[in-house]
Amino acid sequence: MAKVIEPSATEQTLDLKEMTDARVSLGRHGAGLPTQAQLSFLLDHARARDAVWTSVDRASLTDRLNRLGLSVVKIDSMAADRSIYVRRPDLGRMLAAESAERLKQTGAGKGYDVAIVVADGLSSSAVDLNAVPLIEALLPKLSALNLSAAPIALANQARVALGDPAGQALGAKLTIVLVGERPGLSAADSLGAYITYGPKPGNPDSGRNCVSNIRDGGLPIREAAEVISALVRDMMKTRVSGVALKAAVAKLPSSGV
Amino acid sequence: MAYKTTIEQTVFRFEDLKDLLAKATPERSGDQLAGIAAEGPVERLAAQMALADLPLKAFLGDELISSDDDEVSRLIAERHDPEAFSAVSSLTIGEFREWLLKPETTHDRLEAVTFGLTPEMVAAVSKIMRLQDMIAVSAKRRVVTRFRNTIGLAGRLSTRNQPNHPTDDSRGIIASAIDGLLMGSGDAVIGVNPATDSTEDYIRIVSLLDELREKLAIPTQTCCLGHVTTAIHAIERGAPVDLVFQSVAGSEKANRGFGVDLALLKEAHEAGRSLKRGMPGANVMYFETGQGAALSADAHFGVDQQTMEVRAYAVAREFDPLLVNTVVGFIGPEYLFNGKQIIRAGIEDHFCGKLLGLPMGVDVCYTNHADADQEDMDTLLTLLCAAGVNFVITVPGADDIMLNYQSLSHHDAVYCRETLKRPPAPEFEQWLSEIGLTDRDGVLIGEPAALSNYVRSSNLIGA
Repeated sequence: MAKVIEPSATEQTLDLKEMTDARVSLGRHGAGLPTQAQLSFLLDHARARDAVWTSVDRASLTDRLNRLGLSVVKIDSMAADRSIYVRRPDLGRMLAAESAERLKQTGAGKGYDVAIVVADGLSSSAVDLNAVPLIEALLPKLSALNLSAAPIALANQARVALGDPAGQALGAKLTIVLVGERPGLSAADSLGAYITYGPKPGNPDSGRNCVSNIRDGGLPIREAAEVISALVRDMMKTRVSGVALKAAVAKLPSSGV
Repeated sequence: MAYKTTIEQTVFRFEDLKDLLAKATPERSGDQLAGIAAEGPVERLAAQMALADLPLKAFLGDELISSDDDEVSRLIAERHDPEAFSAVSSLTIGEFREWLLKPETTHDRLEAVTFGLTPEMVAAVSKIMRLQDMIAVSAKRRVVTRFRNTIGLAGRLSTRNQPNHPTDDSRGIIASAIDGLLMGSGDAVIGVNPATDSTEDYIRIVSLLDELREKLAIPTQTCCLGHVTTAIHAIERGAPVDLVFQSVAGSEKANRGFGVDLALLKEAHEAGRSLKRGMPGANVMYFETGQGAALSADAHFGVDQQTMEVRAYAVAREFDPLLVNTVVGFIGPEYLFNGKQIIRAGIEDHFCGKLLGLPMGVDVCYTNHADADQEDMDTLLTLLCAAGVNFVITVPGADDIMLNYQSLSHHDAVYCRETLKRPPAPEFEQWLSEIGLTDRDGVLIGEPAALSNYVRSSNLIGA
């Protein structure tokens, strides 16, 4: 590649790229980026846009989960399509009536401890890539805690708070919402996990605990599963989640059973 | 009081002043989300026509949010200066627009009327102005502020160098800051949005930036954009705090969502001034705002998002800030859907801020779920330079890897210098030349040894 800026002294040019993942030392021609840097920026933006606007492949997700021996329930928010979804976050938090009915039937008389809701959020690629491996790593840990999990709910056009009516309809004590995070330019496939004890509509965000940036190159699946199951264990013990969880755990007797 | 307009036998009725303002607002998704927008272009025009006929005085007797319930409304009422207002007090909103545009309405006349105008009057007139109208008026109004250099002089453009890092890593922050300095960015401030909110990290970050500034003798100021309470704690512990930062919004309730009120901001302002790190009488506050902030906190009281934004400027101007910027496209498509809406909002915010006497800058930016791209940012930046914006924000390669959004690149600062002929603050311009970053004509020429040597010898950066 052509060197654009010459060092003015005998010193070596600084290696800024070694110090950060930011797009430093791109070089320039006048005010313009070198062509390769310009096009790779556009490619990253195109990928991020794709992650927002492409639908999650629910058929493939269902298939992969079934092969793990898990059953699924497909549910939808009140946002009819992607274009409405990005404009109306309120609709993305509300469960469509038929979906609520389906979840009620699924949960009736079962007394599930945990509901796992996979929500497309703002990144389909985050869900396509990371949701199934995370569930696979997480479920044995929940079983080890003697917790029962409801069939996996696959939610379309869904924000984090959709987990509240969904978990409530399933009659679960706690929900784990795995959601595609708003894609950045450098990472479009980050999955977030939001865990709420006592799911019901109107729960404030301060009542959730969040594990974010779950992806290859971010927080690895295995570590994320550890952190999530530890939070679940603490919540089941204290019946508290969110900002108040730390204080509630501190109050537990030290035997901690 | 209700308002009405008749267009070809159809009567359009608007329930009250806030309904009229909301329906007169050019289309944006946030007002639609709030359920207060006009149903279509004809109703919007009807509202704009009724608004144009409304006397400016009507805004003095009719509060959108009652002073009884809201300290921002009280502040607006208390600060209104009837003497300054007298120059325009007989005008309608429509006539006020024409008054603003006339060549006889010079910078000095605009400056003289500053405290006679309320945020609601300024928001109202902007709703019946085109982009070109707002640019033409903004370009006449200079707001000059000082800390270690002079920002906002005619024909100049400053930049905030924003070296954010996802984990606040010291080396990562310095690498991005140097990348910006090499392209001449950083005369408004070198300012980091911290990923963490601990006082220890705040102190580490301001110390790091202060060492960079001090060792390279850069005539600029630095800032860690943590919460004001963190800044106050850091100041108590003797940290080198140049600018005290806070996000603010247009209602007491929305500000409470940010964890601040006017009393706390006053305390922060006094703490910042007590350090006397800038020139005598320096401006020490830095505020960020953005349309949609009040709505997202459910603290808009049925008022449209642009009017709420301008009310935030009443909060900002109470504390003589060095810098104020709207983070215009950061909030997302549920408030500003696409490039067109972001561009209009950026021009509005700058215009309204300047009329109210603020040293207004803009973070020209967007997120990946908005229908916008870097070409929309090119357009907004070029328009803002024509409007005489005080400063914009630049990051390496336009990609903020901490906040996960796109702002401008440091490269765009070079475009403003070389193509739009907007040099930085004079003190900083001179420094660029003295340290060997630019030649006699102000053209960037390379990487001077002083910068490389600094990075190698710094104790704070760490290996």
